[in-house]
Amino acid sequence: MSRRTSQDAIPDTREERASYLNAGQGLGSWLLTHDHKRIALLYLISITFFFAVAGCAAALIRADLLTPEADLLSNEGYNRAFSLHGIIMVWFFLIPSIPNVFGNFLIPLMIGARDVAFPRLNLASWYIFMAGGLLTLAIVVMGGVDTGWTFYTPYSSTYSNAYVIGALAAVFISGFSSILTGLNFIVTVHKCRAPGMTWGRLPLFVWSHYATSVIFVLATPVLSITLLLVALERIFGVGIFDPALGGDPLLFQHLFWFYSHPAVYIMVLPAMGVVTELITAAAHKRVFGYWFIAGSSIAIAVIGFLVWGHHMFVAGQSPYASAVFSFLSIVVAVPSAIKVYNWTATLHKGEILLDGPFLFALAFIGLFVVGGLTGLMLAMLAIDVHVHDTYFVVAHFHYIMVGGTVSAFFGALHYWWPKITGRLHSDLWSRVSAILIFGGFNMTFFPQFLLGYEGMPRRYHVYDPSFQVLNVMSSVGASILGLGYLLPLTYLLWSLRYGKPAGPNPWGATGLEWSVASPPPKHNFETIPLVATGPYRYPLEADAPDEGEGEKEAERV
Amino acid sequence: MTASLRLVLVWAALMGLLALTIGASFLPLGPVLPVISYAIAAAKAGLVLWFFMELREEGGLARLAGMAGFIWLAFLLTLLAADLTTR
Ligand SMILES: [Cu+2]
Repeated sequence: MSRRTSQDAIPDTREERASYLNAGQGLGSWLLTHDHKRIALLYLISITFFFAVAGCAAALIRADLLTPEADLLSNEGYNRAFSLHGIIMVWFFLIPSIPNVFGNFLIPLMIGARDVAFPRLNLASWYIFMAGGLLTLAIVVMGGVDTGWTFYTPYSSTYSNAYVIGALAAVFISGFSSILTGLNFIVTVHKCRAPGMTWGRLPLFVWSHYATSVIFVLATPVLSITLLLVALERIFGVGIFDPALGGDPLLFQHLFWFYSHPAVYIMVLPAMGVVTELITAAAHKRVFGYWFIAGSSIAIAVIGFLVWGHHMFVAGQSPYASAVFSFLSIVVAVPSAIKVYNWTATLHKGEILLDGPFLFALAFIGLFVVGGLTGLMLAMLAIDVHVHDTYFVVAHFHYIMVGGTVSAFFGALHYWWPKITGRLHSDLWSRVSAILIFGGFNMTFFPQFLLGYEGMPRRYHVYDPSFQVLNVMSSVGASILGLGYLLPLTYLLWSLRYGKPAGPNPWGATGLEWSVASPPPKHNFETIPLVATGPYRYPLEADAPDEGEGEKEAERV
Repeated sequence: MTASLRLVLVWAALMGLLALTIGASFLPLGPVLPVISYAIAAAKAGLVLWFFMELREEGGLARLAGMAGFIWLAFLLTLLAADLTTR
């Protein structure tokens, strides 16, 4: 049979002939789909695009920082480049990345449902997201914004001459997409679980997405209202943040970080869920401390709301409040540490397969630990006074968001790619790109810890010549990192056409998503499964030889 | 009590509370005024949630979900106050 297109490939099973990918043809069948799997792919394509746009902005920034002088970008241009990078990366890549792509694709499959609770709302959420994203792009074309992704007042409300209102509107709009997705996931997990799928049998990926959804629903409205208030002050001069008009200058930071600190957990909790799945599958072992991992997701979602003041230690916040926020910030590290210990304990005495997804998971753990521990340093009042608004902070949050979340995103992409597309990708190349990304990442961001500690402030492109060596290292690292991100694009797309058929369970993993064909049929399950056991019941073969399904098992050493 | 009568009564109560808010704004209450206004607003929101949004007919889970927003608002206000009152 010819293999002209990816959908034309040799059907190796009866199910593959009728998968969600070929259940309808033409653009209309994608743009009007209610299928959570197709919506996940719409998100995958759109966030990859936004990732590339924001990545180009990062490339401009790193190129400009090669020399201590301002030789590539004007001062204005530099401000607009890092604002664009931050706004697009945060709201149009990181926040929707894992939940909207993998959460959408996997939650119904993992809990034994045919779709999310509100399929139309799911599609609406993608359109709202695209409206916000395209508005952002329009603003970029018109000239951009220069406020940074944080939109701090009074600059954003009073002084900036850029398209602040448009950027606020774009983020405001995309917020509704987050809220609707969160609502959808919460109701799906409560109402659509297959018979026997008790809360204690949910894969930990689902628990972490449940916790994320709670943050989506409870934090995002605060951001929306805050941005609206900035717009009110900017357009009508209503005194909310400007003390000259009777406002409170710190109120903006309080309200903004009440959303934006939990938003860090929106980015990292789904990544933790991914890593839990990757680690158990690679170790082929039951997860260590199921309830501790599930409970720590919920604890992070709740305590994460109580720490926002750590962004305001030098902003004029009362020192008593700062002490409280400092203490709470240290407390929120405990559930994160619990997860790290549990992953490590799961690996202990495991039969570890060093495949691509596992390397990405390992990269996540290592980089997340560095990001988390430097976060503890920043939570200390005295250290924060020294390194506030320096590259130390920039390095810290990139370790969490890029080292952590983006590594997990790529891990998820490699691990579930055979399920999503029905094709195996090259394991060798996935290991190469995991190593490139890990190495390039550290070379980019580790020097920034040193730069920050020595006092280089963030958001400046003219710097003291003594900082140049470290900046050049960082820019070279960023090129390697960029290559590492481009590489998967090539072999993953290659696999669409030339990859071997994956079969239902190429990793020999547990979980309902691996019990259906790859790619899954349109409605996931022909008959809704009856769940009789908990998750992660490894080893598959030794316990029940008649349940064995992974050909990969033979290759394990 | 019929359903429509109940709705009318709740509506009347909301209007009464609105009148109270307006009335209070004319009294020389000073710094106590915002506290009173917020208390009245909270009572109105409670009536809307309980009757118009029909939380009274829902189970514990839906009530908890309805309450969650207020619990989180309490987080926000408590820690905001921790800064404002000690600055
Ligand atoms: Cu924070």
